Amino acid sequence: MSTGTTATSGPIGAAALGDNNAEGLKADARRERLRLAGLCSPAAILVLVLLVIPVGWLFYVSFIGADGQFSLENYERMIERKSYARIFQTTFEVSLLTTALCILIGYPLAYFMSQLPSRIANLCLITVLLPFWTSLLVRTYAWLVLLQKRGLVNTWAMDLGLWDEPIKIVHNMTGTLIDMVHIMLPFLILPVYGSMKAIDKDYLKAAANLGAGPTRAFWTVFFPLSAPGLFAGSLIVFVLCLGFFVTPAVLGGGKVIMVSMKIASNIELFVNWGAASALGVVLLLMTVAILWIAARFVRLDQLAGQGH
Amino acid sequence: MTAATQEALPITIRGVTKTYGAVHALDNVDLDVRQGEFLTLLGPSGSGKTTLLMVLAGFTRPDQGSLRFGDDEVIRKPPHLRNLGMVFQSYALFPHMTVAGNVGYPLRLRRLAKAELTERVERALDTVQLGGFGERRIDQLSGGQKQRVALARAIVFEPRILLMDEPLSALDKKLRDRMQIELRHLHEQLGMTTVYVTHDQREALTMSDRIAVINHGRLMQLDDPQHIYDRPANRFVADFIGDSAFLPVERQGEAVLYDGQPLSLSEAPPHGQDLVLMVRPERLHLLNGGEGGDFNRLTGRVSDIVYQGDSYLLVADLGNDREVSLRGVVRRDTLAALPAVGGPVTLGLSPSDTALIVDAP
Repeated sequence: MSTGTTATSGPIGAAALGDNNAEGLKADARRERLRLAGLCSPAAILVLVLLVIPVGWLFYVSFIGADGQFSLENYERMIERKSYARIFQTTFEVSLLTTALCILIGYPLAYFMSQLPSRIANLCLITVLLPFWTSLLVRTYAWLVLLQKRGLVNTWAMDLGLWDEPIKIVHNMTGTLIDMVHIMLPFLILPVYGSMKAIDKDYLKAAANLGAGPTRAFWTVFFPLSAPGLFAGSLIVFVLCLGFFVTPAVLGGGKVIMVSMKIASNIELFVNWGAASALGVVLLLMTVAILWIAARFVRLDQLAGQGH
Repeated sequence: MTAATQEALPITIRGVTKTYGAVHALDNVDLDVRQGEFLTLLGPSGSGKTTLLMVLAGFTRPDQGSLRFGDDEVIRKPPHLRNLGMVFQSYALFPHMTVAGNVGYPLRLRRLAKAELTERVERALDTVQLGGFGERRIDQLSGGQKQRVALARAIVFEPRILLMDEPLSALDKKLRDRMQIELRHLHEQLGMTTVYVTHDQREALTMSDRIAVINHGRLMQLDDPQHIYDRPANRFVADFIGDSAFLPVERQGEAVLYDGQPLSLSEAPPHGQDLVLMVRPERLHLLNGGEGGDFNRLTGRVSDIVYQGDSYLLVADLGNDREVSLRGVVRRDTLAALPAVGGPVTLGLSPSDTALIVDAP
C-alpha cells in the first residue's frame, strides 16, 4: 500500500495498512456521477423550458374551445371539414414526392461520391453541403427569381429552343418540389454516403469472386448494405418535409397548402389558437407515429448516418 | 467433392508485370503451380505476393503477361467469370446474410435447384465442421468460425482453384496452429490447386507442398519447404526464413576457408565467388572438447544466455564483430552444463549442416 495511488485529494498515507478503500472508491464513483449530471443539466433545463413546457401548453390549448371551456371542438372541426383532409393529403403528397425525388437524385450521387478518391469526394461533399450554409429564405427567393415566367430558366430554355412559350414552373407544385428537393438533398445524401463508405470493398470483391457480375453484385450486396442509410435518410427528409412552411408559402402560389401554413393562417387570420394548436398536435403525433413505426425497422441512432 | 480432385487445374504465369508509378509490384514473374498442389507465396509486406494473388483472382489488372488456368488464357477475364474460390484476409462475409445465406450465395448465382443448394451448403458446412450453424448471423460467430464459413463459401461451388490471402492472420496463435493443420487436411481431401499467401514463414513451412519466396516483385526461390530452409538460393531467402547468422568465407578453388581453415562439406559448394556461411541456431552443437568427428569448429566467448522456456539461446561472440547464436533444448541437465557468460566456448557445425549460400540480395 505504500506506493498506492487514489483519485481523491486526501492524503495517501493516511489510510491505515490493510484498509481496502471500499468507502473511498464508492465516494469517487458518486462524485463522478454528480459531475456528469452537472455537465448535462444546462441542456436538460433548456430542453425542459423551451420544449417540454411549450409542447405541454400546446396540448392544453388545443383542448380549449372558443368559449374558454374544455372542449373537443378543435379536433371535431378537423374531422368535419373536408378542407382539413385535403391539407393533410397535400402535406403527405408533397413530402412523399420530395422524398422520392431526393432518393432518385441523391442515391446515385452518393454512390458516385463513395467511389471517388477521398480527396475529391470531400470536395464534392462540401459542394453538397454548401446549400446548408445559405439561409432557407434566401434560397427560396433565389428559386423564385430563377423559375419565374421571365426568369433565367425560362429565357435560357427558350433561347436554346427547348420550349417556345414560358412554362409555369413556379407558384405551383413543381416550383415547391424543386426547392424542397434542393433543400432536402443533403439530408438524404449524408446518411447514404456514410453507409456506403462503411461498406468494405472486400464484400464486392467477394461477390465478384463468387460469380456475381457488377449488376448482380450491386443488387445482392451493395444495395442491401446501403439500405439502412437510405432508409434513415428518407425518413429524415420525409419527417422534415411534413413541417415545411416557407417553401410552399413562397413558391406554391397559394395552390400548395400544407399543415404548417394552415396553422399560420389560423393564428394570423382567425386568431384561433385552439385550432392552430390542435393542428400542431395532430402533426406532432403523426410524426411521432412515423418515427415509432420506423424504429421497428432501423435503429434511430443511425439517423446520424454512421455505421451500417 | 472428388470431382474437384480430378479437375484441379494447373496455373501457368508468364512474364506478369505490374508497375505502380516507378515501383515494380511485379517484375516479369514466371511461375508454374502444379495441378492439385498447395503452393504458398511467401514474402515480406510490400513484396508483391498479394498483388500476384490479386492478379490471379482478377482484381488487379497487370501491365502485361500471360496467365493460364489449365489451357485457358484468363488474363483479361473479369473476376466473376474466373470460377475461383477465394478466402479473403478480412473473410468478407456478407453481414446481411446468415451463414447459410453466405455459403449458398455462389450457388444461387449459379441457379442451383433449392434442394441441391441446401444439401451442398450443409455438406460444405460439415466439411469445415460447422454443421448446424446455417441459421446463425455473421456477427454471432467467433473469428475461427468466420474463417471456416469463408472457407466453406469458397469451396461450396467446387472451384478447381482455391486462393487464400493470409486467412489465418486474424486468429490467435493456438487457433492458427490448429487451423494450419486443418487447412492442410482439407486440401488433401479436396485436392484443389491451392495458392496461399502469407508473410509467416512457419505457416508456409508447415502447410505447403512448395513455397515461392517473393521479394521486390520478383520470384526469389521456388522449392519445397525443406530445400527452402536448408538450401536457400540466396541471402534474402536465408535471412527471411528462420533465424540465421552469416559468416564470411573465402573460396580457393573447390575448397572454402573460414578463418583460414578449410571447411568440411558434404556436397560441392555452389558456383560463384561471393559465398557466405549460413549458421542456423538449432544446427549448432555445444562442444566440450571431448568429441571427435569432423565438426567445423567456431570458437569464441559466451556473451549472453537467454532462457525462453522450451529452449535457451546462447549468444557467442566470435570476435571481429561476428556473432552466432545456438539454440538448445531446455532439460534438467542442459542448463546447468552451460558455460558461464564471458567464458570461452566452442561450437560445432556438422558438414551436412554447413550451408554455403550465394551472398546476393
